[in-house]
Amino acid sequence: MTKENLIKQGAIWAFIAVELIFFTVMGDILSVTSKSFMDFENMLLLLKQSAPIGIIALGMTIIMVNGNIDLSVGATFALSAVVLLDSFSWPFMAAIGDWAIPLAWFFALATGLILGAINGLIVWKTGVDAFIVTLGSMLGYRGLVFMYNGEQPTSHLNWTLVDFAELQFLGLHTATWFLLLTALGLWLLMTRTVHGRNAYAIGNNREAAVNAGIRVGPHFLINFMLIGFLAALSAVVFYSESGSVNPNDGTLYELWAITAVVLGGTKLTGGYGSIVSTLGGVIAIQLLRKGLGHIGADTETVNLVIGLILITVLFLDRQLNRQGKEELKT
Amino acid sequence: MSAMTRQGVAKLLARQGILVAFVLFMVVFAIANQRFLAIDNISGVIRSSAILGVMALGVTFVVIGGNLDLSVGSMMSFSTIVVLDLHDKLGPTLAIPAMFGLTLLLGAFIGVLVGYLKLNSLIVTLGMLSAIHGLTLTWSGGKNMDIADKEATWFSVFGQGDIVGIPVPILIFALLAGALSLVLGRTPFGRKVYAVGGNGVAATFSGVPRARVVFFTYLISAFCVATAGLIQASRSLGSQNTVGQGMELEVLAAVILGGASLLGGSGTVFKTVIGVLILGFIQNGLLLVGLEFYAQYIVTWIIIILAVWLDIAAKRGRLWSSIA
Repeated sequence: MTKENLIKQGAIWAFIAVELIFFTVMGDILSVTSKSFMDFENMLLLLKQSAPIGIIALGMTIIMVNGNIDLSVGATFALSAVVLLDSFSWPFMAAIGDWAIPLAWFFALATGLILGAINGLIVWKTGVDAFIVTLGSMLGYRGLVFMYNGEQPTSHLNWTLVDFAELQFLGLHTATWFLLLTALGLWLLMTRTVHGRNAYAIGNNREAAVNAGIRVGPHFLINFMLIGFLAALSAVVFYSESGSVNPNDGTLYELWAITAVVLGGTKLTGGYGSIVSTLGGVIAIQLLRKGLGHIGADTETVNLVIGLILITVLFLDRQLNRQGKEELKT
Repeated sequence: MSAMTRQGVAKLLARQGILVAFVLFMVVFAIANQRFLAIDNISGVIRSSAILGVMALGVTFVVIGGNLDLSVGSMMSFSTIVVLDLHDKLGPTLAIPAMFGLTLLLGAFIGVLVGYLKLNSLIVTLGMLSAIHGLTLTWSGGKNMDIADKEATWFSVFGQGDIVGIPVPILIFALLAGALSLVLGRTPFGRKVYAVGGNGVAATFSGVPRARVVFFTYLISAFCVATAGLIQASRSLGSQNTVGQGMELEVLAAVILGGASLLGGSGTVFKTVIGVLILGFIQNGLLLVGLEFYAQYIVTWIIIILAVWLDIAAKRGRLWSSIA
């Protein structure tokens, strides 16, 4: 690993460290609460709360490495959640007892996979830009959510499921495990497989990749199916515990996920990005939310701060890159 | 001969496809339901599309200039909340210019970041979406904003009034569309917007001040957003903090539907108006035909993809993409 890459990958973790120190010190000075910020329980909770957006953001990373984008993840998340909770009320599901749980999960995950595949196929076969394709399906999938159950929330509380979601294995919550395992799986996929290597190559220089004999379409399709699957997985993890989904749930998730990915240093133009850094981006955002609450700032300021940080990161990134290039020239 | 006509038809579809589709839609809906073409129905549709439409006019400039604006939705919430709040504090005559000033300031900030500092517009406006939402919440303290005395104010004229029988929102939308159409189509500035979006490097080498042009496209966008906020505030005289949430993508959908390319350099104000009207009339037509309200989303989805797909298919001369 070159020095430049080390700085790039380290930046987000340095930022997290700064956040931790800042909020701990500020919390002590302002002494709004008697609880310390870096409380172990608090940090475990933070990881758990990062999971829903985090799992989606990890998927968004591989989409963006390819040079694409997916704006429909929020709607996919909502539709998968509706399928998950509604499927418990299907006649045959009641008859099979607790076996209904894995089946409901299967239906939800399959929903995500299919919705992702639709996006991927359209991008591949029509050649329409992924931004437009997923902008359209964001509306379309959301329409499906509303047509499924109107404006009513879909609810089903299954206690076996809730118990599973609240389980803590080795101290970490179920949701955290899903987040970490997703990260591990995608990291292996992107760094250790042909698919991952080709995805970077396509994002970096599509023409060169095509000339090298890489088939672009199937890689697009696989990545869109993956992010659909992950949006559904995120819904499964979240709604197993909460048990009720509103048709508007997941709105703006695509933008939060993209924010986390960009904070992690992934390039919008494709070809560069790291799963581990995205994980850092997700944690950094959640830390900011919790931290601002901890020092007694209005929760309203969170959006303001995140937005300004995003722009600052973009600005710094460009300044650093430009510096690097000028050094190369001389 | 038949090959010639077929080519002619294909060319017409490629160039004016969205207009053809629009007319087709109107005819089908008109046959399906008599009430569709009634004056009060048409006026009702345009009136409810006016807010989205006004915002889309500004975004058209930004998109033709080769950039994106995802912040218009939360900026519209900001304008609405601010003007409602200032209405009771300063009175309407001062509140309106103050709100326009503040909104233009936000637009100028984005314009500096994207134009002069050359930062990626998608991320900048994504960040601003979040930041302005935070700003709005801080301004209002997270509470809904209402005008205290809703009967006594003339402020409601922008959203609820009529002038010679035409609802004021439609009038504002039409006037703004006309004016901006002239700016884009008939002025040196308009030509520069196309030049910058079409080929930024070439434009720079030809002496077009890219940064300044991009800056002004965001200023125009902010002006349109402020106007939309004014209509919204005046129509309801009270508002939630999230009134414009999600509109950024609907606005973009209308602009794309009108045929503006996300790569920049193409599109017109007139086409955007058509895009806005298509979205509005589809929603209305499907309801009149008896379909569920939410079916319009699915139809919109299909239409957006088809519109863009057929457009690029006509340009490359083949239906399916060359992606292996």
